[in-house]
Amino acid sequence: MTHDGSVAEYPTERLIACPDCDLLIDDVADAPVGASVRCPRCDTELFRVREKSFERALALSLGALILLLLANVFPVVGLNIQGHRIDATLIGAASRLWDADMPLLAGLIAATTIAIPCFELFSVLWLAWPLSRGRRPLGFVILVRMMHFTHPWGMVEVFMLGILVSLVKLVHLAEVLPGVGIVAYCGVMFLITAISASYDQRALWQAWEGARP
Amino acid sequence: MTTSAAETGLARCECCGLVSAPAVSPDCPRCGAPLHLRKADSLSHTWAYLIAAYILYIPANLLPIMETRSILGAQQDTIMSGVIYLWVSGSWPLAVIVFVASIIVPLAKLLALTLLCISVHMKTEWRSKQRTELYMLVEFVGRWSMLDVFVVTVLVALVQAQSLATILPGPGVIAFAAVVVISMLAAESFDPRLIWDPSNHNSDNRENLRGEPN
Repeated sequence: MTHDGSVAEYPTERLIACPDCDLLIDDVADAPVGASVRCPRCDTELFRVREKSFERALALSLGALILLLLANVFPVVGLNIQGHRIDATLIGAASRLWDADMPLLAGLIAATTIAIPCFELFSVLWLAWPLSRGRRPLGFVILVRMMHFTHPWGMVEVFMLGILVSLVKLVHLAEVLPGVGIVAYCGVMFLITAISASYDQRALWQAWEGARP
Repeated sequence: MTTSAAETGLARCECCGLVSAPAVSPDCPRCGAPLHLRKADSLSHTWAYLIAAYILYIPANLLPIMETRSILGAQQDTIMSGVIYLWVSGSWPLAVIVFVASIIVPLAKLLALTLLCISVHMKTEWRSKQRTELYMLVEFVGRWSMLDVFVVTVLVALVQAQSLATILPGPGVIAFAAVVVISMLAAESFDPRLIWDPSNHNSDNRENLRGEPN
């Protein structure tokens, strides 16, 4: 069978292109649950077949949003320097940078630690609820595209480690008082990681295609 | 014998994974995201970001990232002096973590991306799989360099006891945050599929996932 290379000959629904090496591959429709399908050339995982559970994503994102709210309302950690007591909240930390004439940096911190995780969690909630009942969510395409764009800029776990490092630095100098916020934010970190780990682009779009409008 | 999608005029949508022809529809038919055979001007954008990041790496390390004011006076700290402080005060595991995350990793990322760009310019087929793994490592590790910025943020937020001790952020932290952001943008703009383009041959065969030629 000869191909003249014209595009019209390929029924593209049956095709996958490897995101890392661009190899053109025939789709596999019958892989068993739990199987990891990998590119034959560069061995990147193309997708993993999972039991798709929108209910789980719903529960994780709702829990994480509540914890994120708590993490913002209650102070993350407090410091007692010889009787002088200071409590720091997430937003308070960003606003200190604002006061120090560093508005761009304050904005970057607020975005990476609060705004972007909040947006991601809200989007997962908004999308998982209708999809778990087999319906197409309103604004699915725009939300998924925005999530794809903002995802690399959510840095909850890096901030968690940053808090730990600062506390170690301070423990020699003053009394460190962890607040409710730090436990809540740690919970956000674990739940967001769980959501990211179970995110499956292919299954998501297949579910959308199969759902009722 | 292998064929890449680009050779057959097909592109994978970055956002939803659908393979379609940009010549027929410049936007993905399923999700509307713009389609590119390869990331637009990948190499020139990556080089521009890399050069900016290398330049900013110098003030990020030379300028102080924070200033500690107390009754003993004012003390300026750079990233390196923060590492030394941790080491000397006994927290040497943290000293190593901060040293690796804030000094080694940003530079290593820039060097790795430079190597990848040069190898793409040279159109070599040398160790393509390892170069792809290097790229994935750079992408994965990028955000962790923000660690020092977050440490300064928390310290500034907490140590505000006026005359007893006050910590203020220094200009170095802006330069450092800029290096991290720009190097993340550099990694995002680099298209790893360029690594494999010299290995593709015009071919009638496509491999399916079981490894049997069509």
